[in-house]
Amino acid sequence: MSIAQKHAESKPKTHANMNGADILVEALIRQGVDTVFAYPGGASMPIHQALTHRSNVLRTILPRHEQGGAFAAEGYTRSTGKVGVCIATSGPGATNLVTGLADAKMDSIPMVAITGQVARHFIGTDAFQETPIVEVCRAITKHHYMVTRFEDIPRVVKEAFYLATSGRPGPVLIDFPKDVQLEKSTVAPDYDPPMNLPGYRPEPRSVSSAQIRQVLAAIKRSKRPILYVGGGAINSSASEELLKFAERTGIPVTMTLMGLGAFPGSHPQSLHMLGMHGTVYANYAINEADLLLAFGVRFDDRVTGKVSEFARHGKIVHVDSDPSEIHKNKAAHIPIVADLREVLAALNRDMTADDLPDIREWQAQVAEWRRAFPLSYKDPGDDSILPQYAISELHRQTKDRDLYLAVGVGQHQMWAAQYYKFERPRRWMSSSGLGAMGFGLPAAMGAQAAHPGELVIDIDGDGSLLMNIQEFATLHCEKLPVKIFLLNNQHLGMVMQWEDRFHEGNRAHTYLGPVDHPEAVGKGTGEIAAAYPDFVQIARGFGLSARHVRSKAEFPQALAEMLSTPGPYLLDILCPYQEHVLPMIPGGKTVKDIIIE
Amino acid sequence: MRHVLSALVMNQPGVLAHISGMLASRAFNIESLAVGATETPELSRMTFVVKGDDRVLDQVRKQLEKIITVVKVIDFSNQNFVERDLMLIKVSTDGGQRSAIHELVDIFRARIVDVGPLHVMIEISGQERKIEAFIDIMRPYGIIELVRTGRIALLRSAVSSEDVETEQPRSLEPPPEAMV
Repeated sequence: MSIAQKHAESKPKTHANMNGADILVEALIRQGVDTVFAYPGGASMPIHQALTHRSNVLRTILPRHEQGGAFAAEGYTRSTGKVGVCIATSGPGATNLVTGLADAKMDSIPMVAITGQVARHFIGTDAFQETPIVEVCRAITKHHYMVTRFEDIPRVVKEAFYLATSGRPGPVLIDFPKDVQLEKSTVAPDYDPPMNLPGYRPEPRSVSSAQIRQVLAAIKRSKRPILYVGGGAINSSASEELLKFAERTGIPVTMTLMGLGAFPGSHPQSLHMLGMHGTVYANYAINEADLLLAFGVRFDDRVTGKVSEFARHGKIVHVDSDPSEIHKNKAAHIPIVADLREVLAALNRDMTADDLPDIREWQAQVAEWRRAFPLSYKDPGDDSILPQYAISELHRQTKDRDLYLAVGVGQHQMWAAQYYKFERPRRWMSSSGLGAMGFGLPAAMGAQAAHPGELVIDIDGDGSLLMNIQEFATLHCEKLPVKIFLLNNQHLGMVMQWEDRFHEGNRAHTYLGPVDHPEAVGKGTGEIAAAYPDFVQIARGFGLSARHVRSKAEFPQALAEMLSTPGPYLLDILCPYQEHVLPMIPGGKTVKDIIIE
Repeated sequence: MRHVLSALVMNQPGVLAHISGMLASRAFNIESLAVGATETPELSRMTFVVKGDDRVLDQVRKQLEKIITVVKVIDFSNQNFVERDLMLIKVSTDGGQRSAIHELVDIFRARIVDVGPLHVMIEISGQERKIEAFIDIMRPYGIIELVRTGRIALLRSAVSSEDVETEQPRSLEPPPEAMV
């Protein structure tokens, strides 16, 4: 515990000399928090002082930007299921958390964000570093608090963790004025006070056996059923029950971007991802299915395309913990508001041999689509490193290592989703609903903090990586040995792909090198002479090991070197920028419009 | 279709901002919104008039219920309830029509609450149609200004509206278009 050594003398204070910040920290510890990502400032200094007193049980990691701290907290949560915590000061510190909160809200990630706030008597005066962060964050948090009374601190923390994790999970913000942080306690605080949430009833409604019979009857009648599984399966820890249910019924399984890992990617029944960049066979199967078991999903537009045409032949069973998702985008025939694991367990329990559908023809059809339209890319046959190949090779070299993998947003994210096969839940971290570039590096950092001995990789793009590149410093200084697998194509690849497809290839600020390069106006030869910036030099400047690789012949060995080097490492892989993520169903279109090459 | 929704909410700062922000960000169209204290100091009641089909209403209601500080939402539509608007309206008496106005005030069972040499202020409450009719009839005399509350409503029953409603089925039935 070297980090704790500098505060080796630290002991919990007695209540007689505890202030509000000490009580906050104690309350966090009692919620089981062992790591926080916290960047100090004027209005949060008392919290940081309090953190040093408890550093023997609570590790404080200093990110180099509050957004990095928020994404790191998410990486911690996504890879563990435990609530990630980030802390920032008032004003700019607080507003820098906003993207992370919005991201956690979209992907239903339980997170608690704590912001310092100016003292109560300054609130509303446009004081230095004052931002009404609760007002800013209302729509992008599950709930939010401003602690205006010292005695409320333990209750607010208890409620925040309860709200973050129960029902449909989400982020909770606690705004904490500095004078309340500094207020001294006179009596021992009650850390387990009654909660005051009269309007909150998150208990998953019990699944009635009648509903379960209804679902079983629908399955029995179906000829072409499919399981469409999302992040709800991960949040409700439903993987085991899902595997049991799928294997018993033989129903093929497709997953959303958020659902990857809920069902083993190597399983013969896995159709992998569906939707805009999903597999052809998953999208064909959804389109032809007569029964859609939509479990823990929200019929997002990136999945459905034109929603009226989506799964139009199928009856829909929709299971979700959030009643507002039912019928929101797509009307369900059998709606069930409940915890998905409970529903799957009940289905597994009540299902008899008589309930099993005869779907051999359907399975054969799906197998035929899988044979006819495999996930594929054209090998140029030269020494260039295609991103699809690079990720396949990464999978080949690491598939026995149970690694944790985070991504940024863009082409590399989709290729990672397509070509890396996840066998377990909580191994895949992607900003899916919000699509926040810059997510990968800090998320990997948070996952590494939660899993110190494990292999954690950030597959990133050069655009995304640059958005939070300051976190290299955190990797080095906090001894977090994240490996960065940089697919560097010098472009904002996904936007470039849309330019190529829908805007006659007109480059509109999607080239990331100097503006006087021919690539900036789409006139490049395809050969990148010198990549900009020099990520290897940057990484080394931050104290990371790093190397370039641009030859396919050298790639497997370069990758092996990255995997075997201790400490954080950047592998800068120069890739051709002409590649498109395929298959692709253009936005608002249907499976009929799928682009395969 | 027009729906009257009633929400019991926690009486805390920011709840109204949260709710109106949610309605705006999801592009729900609110015709009227009234907020006030209730018999319980910890709770306030908000009454909304929302226009939309059943699907829109279902979403408005579920999204309201999702807000942590919203304790309960009920939809008065298809139930036996009383709804009222309150209006204060200033009408010019410049044309010497004071007694004619007074007569109309009596017919509408309104009240004159302020009188000046050139104006009267009238208080009137009732259903929206009555208020609208009164405005129309005052128009020729010269309306100086008016202010209206949003709609308020309560169920006709011996117990509180929330208790009556709890037995209503949750709107989880599929909308008609889902039936195949």
